[in-house]
Amino acid sequence: MEIADRDEVHPKIIEALLKTDAGLSSDDALENEMILNMGPQHPATHGVLRLVLRLDGETVIACVPELGYLHRGYEKMAENMSYYEFIPHTDRLDYLAPLCNNVAWVLAVEKLAGIQAPPRAQYIRMLISELSRIASHLIAVGSMAMDVGALTVFLWTIREREKILDIWDIICGARFTNSYTRIGGVANDMQPEAKAKVQWFINQFDENLEECEKLLNANRIFIDRLEGVGVISGEDALDLGLTGPSLRGSGVDYDIRRYQPYLFYNEMDFKIPTYTEGDCLARYFVRIDEMRESAKIVKQILDKIPQGDVQANQPKKVLPKKHEVYSKMEELIHDFMIVNFGINPPDGEVYHAVENPKGELGFYFVSKGEGHPWKCKIRSPSFNNLQSVPHLVKGYMVSDVVAIIGSIDPVMGEADK
Amino acid sequence: MMYDFFVDLFGNEIIAAILSGVPPLLFILVFVLFAVWLERKVSAHMQDRLGPMRTGWHGYLQTIADLIKLIQKEDILAAANDKPLFNLAPVLVFAGTYAAFAAIPFSSYYIGSNIDLGIFFIIGISGLVVAGILMAGWSSNNKYSMLGAMRAAAQIISYEIPTILVVLTVVMITRTLNLHTLSEMQTGYIWNWMIFGGPTVGWQKFSLIPLMFIGFLVIYMSTLAEVNRTPFDIPEAESELVSGYHTEYSGMKFAMFFLAEYANMYAVSAIVTALFLGGYQSPIGYFGNLVDVPWLIPIEQFLWFTIKGTFFVFVQMWLRWTLPRLRVDQLMALCWKYLIPIAFVNLIIVGLITVL
Repeated sequence: MEIADRDEVHPKIIEALLKTDAGLSSDDALENEMILNMGPQHPATHGVLRLVLRLDGETVIACVPELGYLHRGYEKMAENMSYYEFIPHTDRLDYLAPLCNNVAWVLAVEKLAGIQAPPRAQYIRMLISELSRIASHLIAVGSMAMDVGALTVFLWTIREREKILDIWDIICGARFTNSYTRIGGVANDMQPEAKAKVQWFINQFDENLEECEKLLNANRIFIDRLEGVGVISGEDALDLGLTGPSLRGSGVDYDIRRYQPYLFYNEMDFKIPTYTEGDCLARYFVRIDEMRESAKIVKQILDKIPQGDVQANQPKKVLPKKHEVYSKMEELIHDFMIVNFGINPPDGEVYHAVENPKGELGFYFVSKGEGHPWKCKIRSPSFNNLQSVPHLVKGYMVSDVVAIIGSIDPVMGEADK
Repeated sequence: MMYDFFVDLFGNEIIAAILSGVPPLLFILVFVLFAVWLERKVSAHMQDRLGPMRTGWHGYLQTIADLIKLIQKEDILAAANDKPLFNLAPVLVFAGTYAAFAAIPFSSYYIGSNIDLGIFFIIGISGLVVAGILMAGWSSNNKYSMLGAMRAAAQIISYEIPTILVVLTVVMITRTLNLHTLSEMQTGYIWNWMIFGGPTVGWQKFSLIPLMFIGFLVIYMSTLAEVNRTPFDIPEAESELVSGYHTEYSGMKFAMFFLAEYANMYAVSAIVTALFLGGYQSPIGYFGNLVDVPWLIPIEQFLWFTIKGTFFVFVQMWLRWTLPRLRVDQLMALCWKYLIPIAFVNLIIVGLITVL
């Protein structure tokens, strides 16, 4: 395949985009089409998304998203570092739900290396995944409300998320970029006070979520702004590779937790909220309902979580505990080998996907039996979801564009990788 | 009257005319300092925050600190700006707002110019604001500014229609355009305010009360749109158009827009107050009358007027931090499909009642 470089491709993109002069002045007084460059620095594009819009008045005729302003080459970086070393980098993918990414990465590696984490570790992983789902959806709902102009809701949802960050602080010692999971388990056990704090959070969460909802659900302006905006049918959504709440808003109940259960999701009792309208409002409702379901799962986890180890007993693959490294020969050797040469999983390919707040996050590895993957592909939900933006915004107005981006809820750290 | 007082003092009409412009300007400056602080506090307390707390007691010096910062900032002029228009626009916007203050009766003695066409003058001179905003949007040579300016022009002009229709409704009852006279007619107690039917008596008064309430709501909504506040803040919708028509402005020119916005908020609240809520009249009688100190009365009137106006400014802030903003087409639909027909029907019914 011929590889085109950026210098060749970029002018072509721009040419295809613009076709007409982008300036404000125009010789023909009746010429009313305008190219509007939204982003990469724009308050409503959730980071560095750039949309080139072709407008007729305020109506969008065409839209081309341009990605890559936050590209850090994570897939290539993964080829040059061991499986352990990459865990902190997964935090920086979807930075609103870092723990979900941690879990996704270690699950994929464990599938490749054939490691089974002990049940308590798996329950803790499930717990932190659901908490980060709530945190991420809170931001999604808040920023969506902010995009349509309701600023107060954002601060209220941030307040709730702050409590989750405090919980993360107790569980793993970091509030934001957690890097908590390890191959074969989690870094450290969950303390009783963390459990108590989670219990407290879940008990008061419903009430506070209702408070935020009250400001939006009964608000005529909010409903008018979102209803019937950015409609996408279930088939189109599947064709465009939408996953997560954006897909479930279109009536497809695809949720990896249900369809390919990982961890102990098959033992959990939860519903998959779906709406059939496929508009921004449906996507908003899906997120609200999902938060409730996540809270329900967290309650069940707190009831069912067993006692026991949080790291698998596989010395050649799983990093030993630090105090053992300092006191025992065997552990010192294993630590040295794992840190220097990696865990050397067998040859093969593996793809493992989890249900992230934004959609399906999958890691695909090709292993050649070395400490680092020969090839790593990240299937990030935001990247695929953004594919639908040109389809969604066509025919709507500039004000709707921000609502649609908000309802898709992209995180550019993940989309640009 | 302020003007007569200055004429008596200096014996020169030109000096008196210039001087009688000073008190409204002082009022605007002080009010804006207060209103910006209030806006921050209102938004903060609605959002479970404290807002500014460090500069002065509960941050009341924060606005002054901001003002000093804005004065020190570089005045950025982009190469592509249309410089004369770009420089003129903020002045024009502020001038339009400031001129409106000329005819606002703060109290029976504190009125910049007691002209007979008071309310008409205010509505007319506010049109300067549209021109200034359009100039700002055009001369910035920025597409977001342009879109914002276009939205602003369409919005302000559309929403002037229901405003004028409601003003006409009131004028039909009072038979005067002079805001001072209009306020004087609502003297006495709270039931003499225009919202309760004004100085009319008998069955007319009772039939006017619901109509006046409708008129009050219509004019309040449309004035909200005229000053570009949420839910009608689409010209400067920060999540869509960055900052709308003042995206390209910095330093003192930006401060001028800011000043004009807050002054405008008070101006429209003052109009609503003067038309419907008794203007500067006290709802419960005057302390000055009670203790027989006549010079207290104008001061009390000024206080009442400020309190009423500030209350409506507070409601504007309250709405801003609660509601999302409408889309352009929804905004126009609200104006043309709902407010204007309602205002028209209201006008006709009130007309019939006043004729009978």
